[in-house]
Amino acid sequence: MGVRVAMEVSIAAAEAAKLADVDVIAAYPITPQTHIVEHLAELVADGELDAEYVPVESEHSALSACIGSSAAGARTFTATCAQGLALMHEILFIASALRTPIVMMVVNRALSAPINIWNDHSDIMAERDCGWIQTFAENGQEVFDLTLHAFRVAEDHRVLLPIMVNLDGFILSHMIEPIDIPEKEEVRRYLPEFKPAMRLDPDRPISMGPVGIPEVYTEAKKQLDEALVASKGPIIQAWDEFGKIFGRHYKPVETYRCEDAEVLLLTMGSISETAMTAVDIMREKGVSVGLIRLRLWRPFPLDELRAAVKGADTLAVVDRAVSTGGPGGPVCSEVRSALFGLPNRPKVLGFIAGLGGRDVTLEMFEEMVNQSIEYAKEGKEQFYELVGVREL
Amino acid sequence: MKASEKTGGIIGWKDLELGCALIEPGTSKGFKTGDWRSQRPVTDKEKCIRCGLCWILCPDMAYRPTEDGFFDSDGNYCKGCGICARECPTDAIAMIREE
Amino acid sequence: MIAEELMAKELEELKDFRGFKPRELPREELVSPGHRACLGCGEVLAMRLVMKALGRDTIVAMPTGCMEIISSSFPQTAWEVPWIHVAFENAAAVASGIEAGLKALMRKGKIKDRRIFVVAMAGDGGTADIGVQALSGAFERGHDFVYVCLDNEAYMNTGIQRSSATPYGAMTTTSPPGKRSIGQMTWKKDMPAIAVAHNIPYVATCAPSHYIDLMNKVRKAALIKGPAYLHIFSPCPTGWRCPSDMSIEVSRLAVQTGIFPLYEVVNGRYKITVRVDRRKPVEEYLKTQRRFRHLTRDVIERIQRRGDENMVKLECQEKFHSYYMNALQYASSPAQS
Ligand SMILES: Cc1ncc(C[n+]2csc(CCOP(=O)(O)OP(=O)(O)O)c2C)c(N)n1
Ligand code: SF4
Ligand code: SF4
Ligand code: SF4
Ligand SMILES: [Mg+2]
Repeated sequence: MGVRVAMEVSIAAAEAAKLADVDVIAAYPITPQTHIVEHLAELVADGELDAEYVPVESEHSALSACIGSSAAGARTFTATCAQGLALMHEILFIASALRTPIVMMVVNRALSAPINIWNDHSDIMAERDCGWIQTFAENGQEVFDLTLHAFRVAEDHRVLLPIMVNLDGFILSHMIEPIDIPEKEEVRRYLPEFKPAMRLDPDRPISMGPVGIPEVYTEAKKQLDEALVASKGPIIQAWDEFGKIFGRHYKPVETYRCEDAEVLLLTMGSISETAMTAVDIMREKGVSVGLIRLRLWRPFPLDELRAAVKGADTLAVVDRAVSTGGPGGPVCSEVRSALFGLPNRPKVLGFIAGLGGRDVTLEMFEEMVNQSIEYAKEGKEQFYELVGVREL
Repeated sequence: MKASEKTGGIIGWKDLELGCALIEPGTSKGFKTGDWRSQRPVTDKEKCIRCGLCWILCPDMAYRPTEDGFFDSDGNYCKGCGICARECPTDAIAMIREE
Repeated sequence: MIAEELMAKELEELKDFRGFKPRELPREELVSPGHRACLGCGEVLAMRLVMKALGRDTIVAMPTGCMEIISSSFPQTAWEVPWIHVAFENAAAVASGIEAGLKALMRKGKIKDRRIFVVAMAGDGGTADIGVQALSGAFERGHDFVYVCLDNEAYMNTGIQRSSATPYGAMTTTSPPGKRSIGQMTWKKDMPAIAVAHNIPYVATCAPSHYIDLMNKVRKAALIKGPAYLHIFSPCPTGWRCPSDMSIEVSRLAVQTGIFPLYEVVNGRYKITVRVDRRKPVEEYLKTQRRFRHLTRDVIERIQRRGDENMVKLECQEKFHSYYMNALQYASSPAQS
């Protein structure tokens, strides 16, 4: 059996990478990701983790080095957020297209300008189409667990795709929480040694990343899309296996008090914990409300989402980013189109909240739910609104 | 089937290697650049001193050493740039126009 | 003295290398024919020579550019060694990752421990412009790798646009001569000096006309542990507007006129490796290429002067080391302490 220790969530993420026995870490510091990479640097310096720590000169180079090291056959880890993730943008698409199973923590933070180091999801939403598997953690234990899960899924030969594990900056990354840390042996049982499907090896020379002429580009994109969609099976399987070994169970979409609920909230990341409390309070007041939490964002859990909304009249999607000039927040727009063909689909309303570190409070959830009930009553069409914005 | 065996890379997505990788080395040999040529080198073996300069300076790896120490240009690849003829120390190579 | 330690390390690492012999050059081609470079391409010839000198136990990281395009058009590859292309500005970072990966895997006993040369090979644009940050980072971190800049003095792959390595006065599509322009208005960026400033153990310039010198430098760069930088003059008949049979001649003239001197810098020690006793006038070089056709006498004279001054500088740099070593000896002698 492992031990339960109180630790900062960032440290837990780094400890998970250590237990995964990563071979290479290439990273560049950016608030609020710093504690993860600092802790890893320390572990390497103290000889507690036998890995190469590559202190690159930028995030662009961080991910480029990760592709190199993964292509060489090494288990590879990195972490970033916001401006760093944006600087990686070009290389994100290449990491997935080259099928390098890199694991990256994204400590979600707002994108400039104005420069803002606090939490929202504008960084990750700008990268949703980059071909990576993307999961969202709600609490410290989940950050630790999803990190181990990420290695297992990424390196699965049916998958071979990079993964981002998202955790909210500060409000999750800097919390001190009790974390169950398993034994090395248990982890090894869950996560076998990385066996690359192909690697840069002079004894078996391959060319990676050739010029994709028009005759093959479409097929290359199809291969990647199929791979990402098909990864859902192994992702769920790896969660099931995780549950068996460690006793903690995860699903792509979680429902909370959704039975007979007329109004459903939909959240991602750590605000889901506040949302659950809000649902409890409202239920006590007799409001028929439930909560859907998306843990898996890519591949999009279409069937699970459709099953989860069944029977509800109204679905209030809480976005943590603006799709500037678009028809709704990024999550809301996707949920709308995912449900569009569904008979008896709920009315989908969009609420954008918690931008750049603004708190999403219990009262705000109540307000969103009340507003939704009103819109439903009035039959009013609503695309999105910014919750709590000052209209002075 | 291997990607390189199908002409022009016209293959379905299921046949693509992971990430579009090319797993067989040196397959460009199947692409014959000799068609680009408008002139070809011809070596006068009387004049040739078998120094190998034509071989080492050819950008298209077209020359092959022969058993008797000479070098033959492979028409499959030679693009007819004329470097070998210009650099041959004994002027043993003449560039002849292709029909 | 640290300088002495470095010299001892270098001697040890090069002790078995006797140099390539003209009659015994490796026959094996690690870049295959059937590649799609233009006829007479000096850049692909340089690349072929580099690979001959390195041998099979090599992994190549290559950014976007002519050499990547011409060697890897799906479904064929010209490469006989493992090769990877990621993007345009990051060859040095990709190579850093490969080197780190191999190092970790070998140390942890996951793959066989042996010497594999990790090489990043890029154009002048991928090196001196968009890739310079990644390159500086990789040098500074001290990865054991070789960085090869194949310098054809412009962005050829995208259609002959200027780079910071384009020489003064040259015409490119973005440095066109005109009423208010002589062509490229700036002097060529001194990349080898930038490499030297990183205090890496090996830096050298090479030209395909001097192929034995080139191959020897490549081998040394690979054998010496730590980062190495090779800057290779790579004539491009298409972009330089010269006949396709002129690539070697142009390369030779660049060396003989002092436009592109051949030297190496080992642990800070400059050495001119190909000495030119009587340098030809630069005009002989310039007139071989139509990219310089528009140059006026004035400009040609400036180029001549600049070339002469560069040679003087190089000769001073060559002499500097013994002066420096003497001063070091003196500073560390007991009488001083
Ligand atoms: C980020 C980015 N910007 C621009 C390009 C377009 N581009 C591709 S290759 C190239 C120039 C390559 O020049 P160089 O590195 O000198 O290599 P050469 O083709 O001359 O051998 C450019 C501008 C790109 N691929 N990526
Ligand atoms: S360069 Fe001329 S002399 Fe030398 S081997 Fe070739 S043909 Fe013969
Ligand atoms: S003409 Fe050019 S391509 Fe043909 S053999 Fe001579 S050097 Fe090679
Ligand atoms: S454009 Fe120049 S460098 Fe590029 S392939 Fe053609 S000759 Fe070679
Ligand atoms: Mg160039």
